[in-house]
This record gives sequence, structure tokens and C-alpha cells, in this order.
Amino acid sequence: MAVSGAVLLAAAAAAILIGPAALSPGAVFKEVLSHVPFVHIDSGLDPRQSAIVWELRVPRMVLAALVGATLSLAGGAYQGVFRNPLADPYLLGVAAGAGLGATVAIVSVGSGSALVPVAAFVGAIGAVAAAYSLGSAAGGQRSGATLILAGVAVAAFLTAAQTFVQQQNADSIREVYSWILGRLGTAGWSEVALMTPYAVVSVTVIMVHRRLLDVLSVGEEEARALGVRPERVRAAVVVAATVGTAGAVAVSGLIGFVGIVVPHVVRLMVGASYRAILPLSIVCGSAFLVIADLIARSALGPAEIPIGVITAFVGGPFFLVVLRTSRRGVM
Amino acid sequence: MRGHRLHWLVAVVALVSGCAGGPAATGEPGSTAIDAAGFPVVVRGVVIPNRPERIVSGSATHTEILFAVGAGPRVIATDDYSDFPVEAAALPHFDAFNPSVEGIAALEPDLVVLAFDPGDVAAGLAALGIPTIVFDAPVALDGAYRQFEEVGLAAGVGAAGAELAAATREEIAGLLVNVPETVRPFTYYHELDATYFSIGSDTFLGSIYGALGMVSIADAAGGGYPQLSAEFIVSANPDFIFLGDAACCGQSPATIAARPGWSELGAVQAGRVVIVDEALSSRWGPRLVELVRFLAEAVYGGGV
Repeated sequence: MAVSGAVLLAAAAAAILIGPAALSPGAVFKEVLSHVPFVHIDSGLDPRQSAIVWELRVPRMVLAALVGATLSLAGGAYQGVFRNPLADPYLLGVAAGAGLGATVAIVSVGSGSALVPVAAFVGAIGAVAAAYSLGSAAGGQRSGATLILAGVAVAAFLTAAQTFVQQQNADSIREVYSWILGRLGTAGWSEVALMTPYAVVSVTVIMVHRRLLDVLSVGEEEARALGVRPERVRAAVVVAATVGTAGAVAVSGLIGFVGIVVPHVVRLMVGASYRAILPLSIVCGSAFLVIADLIARSALGPAEIPIGVITAFVGGPFFLVVLRTSRRGVM
Repeated sequence: MRGHRLHWLVAVVALVSGCAGGPAATGEPGSTAIDAAGFPVVVRGVVIPNRPERIVSGSATHTEILFAVGAGPRVIATDDYSDFPVEAAALPHFDAFNPSVEGIAALEPDLVVLAFDPGDVAAGLAALGIPTIVFDAPVALDGAYRQFEEVGLAAGVGAAGAELAAATREEIAGLLVNVPETVRPFTYYHELDATYFSIGSDTFLGSIYGALGMVSIADAAGGGYPQLSAEFIVSANPDFIFLGDAACCGQSPATIAARPGWSELGAVQAGRVVIVDEALSSRWGPRLVELVRFLAEAVYGGGV
């Protein structure tokens, strides 16, 4: 925990210090300090440079941390509640629903509109609500598997609708893709303010349930025998994870891979208990996305790489290395 | 599955940004015989046996050229974006980004012009015996003038094509000759959408800004059509900001100023944020004169 906390701090510091604009680390440090209440210090930066630090780099780093934490935690919680290692935060149709909402908003009012995150959020929540009610109607109250299948069906349907809308509006295709591949590039404090309440609610509810997830992991019948009602726990965790994921998707688009890989990496490091996995997923998820975003905006100089490409491109091999070394350790 | 989807998305994004007017990898084939008289004619290696009477245009640029050279009455269908001149807007439209060979062939055209071939459409039409020419986006103004000549030749109005090219060349040269000498070139940021996609000086549009004595800040990102980071744009502090995303994406000088950190930009504070018509700035047809005049006035004032 201490190590991952240190990694997060180092990543955050690097994200604030490094960027296309060459600013001296001392001045950047002073600039950040000058925004601490009751600290009066002059960084020596001109207004443009201080805007770069305080209105672009810092909120972007904070948003990456919030989104990374929320997605990783939601992914870990889903993996626990469905007892399925392939579960990720987009399992029940969040991505497809948000994608459809955002695409409709982009083609009708344009990518710069404040309606895009709202439409993405509504689409995400709507998709999961549809999957949940369909899954329950099909007898899924007692089994997570039916719920997953309902989610797959809803996601396929919504993705088809999204693709159709997008093909009918080929002039918006670049904006739609840039949203689908995830983006933190236009982030400012307003996105941070938008995201924070969802992250707080989601983290609080899931952390409260983390012991019950351990009970659930021994099997649904066994959990029931121990007095836990799996469908209750599942409903609470799914709602909390959905709210957090929908918020993340609304402000940053579809950033893949974080939610599935970070909890697994943590599990390989600390073992199978959700009491340990979930809090560590928050810290490691933040650090991972802050680093990924740093790469996304600095690897190709002043040009940006879609962050979804970085999370998969860097995250995939990293995950394989962790998998390999941990296996070797077991044997 | 996800990885596969990502590859595919990246490829499509690259393709679409490329077709928005990028320098063509293939260059301008030299097999066009501009001064050939009478049919058959050969344009870019495509043999056109007879004077076309049923022309299909899959490109808004070439629709404008066809009407400007007087071949408009023989155009029977255009792509969805052909909205100029008004006669073209009234014609049947099809989706040139997802064209169907069969759908185009059903129109029984005897000449098809495209600016973008999403996958063997030209080859498919050629196999059906329909002469199909793909005009890639030119690299600079000369390439556009050459396409005026080629379109005229293909449509059987070679003299009108050559005349349009010469007149446009002369008018634009007349506008450019008045561009004042500046101590250093003005820098600019041309915005394609609200996620900071931009253009480099090496693109067709960039070559027009270049002719007006301006250099793109996106050149630092290697030119082409890069997505810039907000931090870079703010630190580059361009002299001018051109918004090519007012109609598509609802951007305006006011929304630009409201972006985090952007209120500190010199161009924002001095009111040098210019809305550029999206159709004018993404086509290379006869209305280039309007685009050059508009940009020259926006940058150097009414004296040009």
C-alpha cells in the first residue's frame, strides 16, 4: 500500500512537471504551492505559463487519477460480484449505452456541447438498467450469469444502433472516434467537479461492501448459508459501480483496459481478498491512468495519442509480465 | 476482441483524417494528356471513350468544378455533401463514405469522379466498364488548378477547364501579390474539431495559409493532421486562431475563451479568432478564390 501510494505520488508529480511547454520544475512547484490556501508565493511564471500549470496540467492529472481509480475499483467490484475474471466496468453495457448517447449528441449538437457528457451518462445508466431488468425478468435474480448475458445482448444491440447512427453521419466520424478512444485532452476543473461526486459515492458504497464480496467469492449458496443475500450485494455494488463508471465515461470517453487489468495485477500482488484488492485498485488505478495520460500527451511531442491506445498498448504487455513473474513465483 | 477493435478504429481515424484533404501518397499521375482533343481521352490513366452524358460525382469539390466548367447539366447524382451550387444540391445524393458499387452502377453513369475510394469502389466500377477517376486531395494550389483542367477534359469541355484553371490562378495570384512582408511569418492554429485536431503547413489548406505568409503551430507535431494537446496550443500562443469547427461543433470565439487556460492566449485577448467556413476550407474547387480573399482580409485587413 505504501509502495503503491508512493508510485501514485511520483506519477502525479511527473504529470505536473512534464509537458510540451518547457517550464522549470521549481517554478511549477511554486505555482502549485501558490494555490494552497494561505500560502502566498510568487512562482515567477507569466499568466500563460501559470494557466498551463494550474488550469491544464493539474486538473488533467486529477481527472486521470479520479477516472483511473473509479474504473479500476468498478472493475474489481464487478469481478467479485460476478465471480468472473473477465468482468470489467463496461460488462453490463455501460460503454455501449454511453457510446450511443454520446454519438447521438455529437451528430445532433456537436462534440463541443455540454450535452455530450449528459447524453453519455444517461445512455450508460439506461443500458445497465435495461440489462438488469431484462436479466432479472429472465430469472437472473439468483444467478449472475443471466445478468451478464443480458448485458452482452443489450451491449450488442446498442452498439449496432451506435454504429448505424455514426455511419449515417460520416462527417462527425472523427469526433465520435476521438470520444470512443477516450480523452482527457480537453479536461479542466469543471470536469473534475463533475466527476468528483460520482467517484465519492461509488468508492464509498463499494468499499462498504468489500467484506461481503469476500463472502460471496466462496459461492452463492455458501454465502446464503452464511446469511448474506447475494442479489442484494450484487444490486448495491452494480448500482455503485455503474454510477461511477457512467461519470467516468461522461467526462473522459471510453478508456478501456484499466478496469479489467488493474484489479488483476493487484490480485496477483496481494492475493484474492477483496478487502485488500479494492483499496489497492483505487491507488494503482489512479497511478496507472496518470502515467498512461502522461505518455499519451508527451510520447509524440505536442501531438496527442488517444489514451485508450496507450492503456491497451502499455497495459497489455505489462499485464503479461506480471502474470508471468507471479506464476513463476508460485511454482 | 477489444484490441482488434482498437486497431480497426485507429485505421479508420487515420483514413478519415487523411481523406479530409491530406497530401496524397500517390501524387499526381503523369499520364494525363491535357491537350488531347476529342474522344477517347485519357485522364489519370482512365480511358473515357465518349463524351460523358451521365456523370456521377462522389466529391463536393468535383461537383463544384463540374458545374463551373459547364458540365453541370450532365451531372445526374452527387454525394451527400455536394451542396453548391444550388442546382447540385437538388440532385439525388448518395453516401460517398460508404458507397455501393451496385448502387452507383444502377444510376447507369458513363463517368464517375471520386475524391476518396474507401475500398476498391473504383476498381469495381471499372470492372463494370464505367470510367472512374479518383482525384486525391492536392498538395498545393497548382494541384487544384490541374484538377480543374483534368475534370474539364474528362467531361469533354477541356477548354472550359483550362480557362477556369487560368482564371482562378490569376485571381489568387492577384490576391497574394498584395500580402505584406512581415518581419516574421504569423503563426496560426487551425482547429478542425473541439478535440484540438489541427492541420500542418504541409497540407493543402496549410499551403494556402503558407501562401498568405503564415506558419502552422502544428508543424512542431510533424505536420499532417495531428491532435494537439491544449498545453502545447497555450504555450505556442499562435498569432491567429482559425475555427474550422463552428458549424460542425458549435465552437465560437466565446467558447474558445471559456476553455481552461485559453483566456490567456494573445489571439483570444486581441480578438484574432476567426471563424472559417467549413465547406470552403475543406474543398479545392473554384471557390478557392473566396477562401483566399476571406483569409487575406481576416489577417491583413480590407486593404488586400
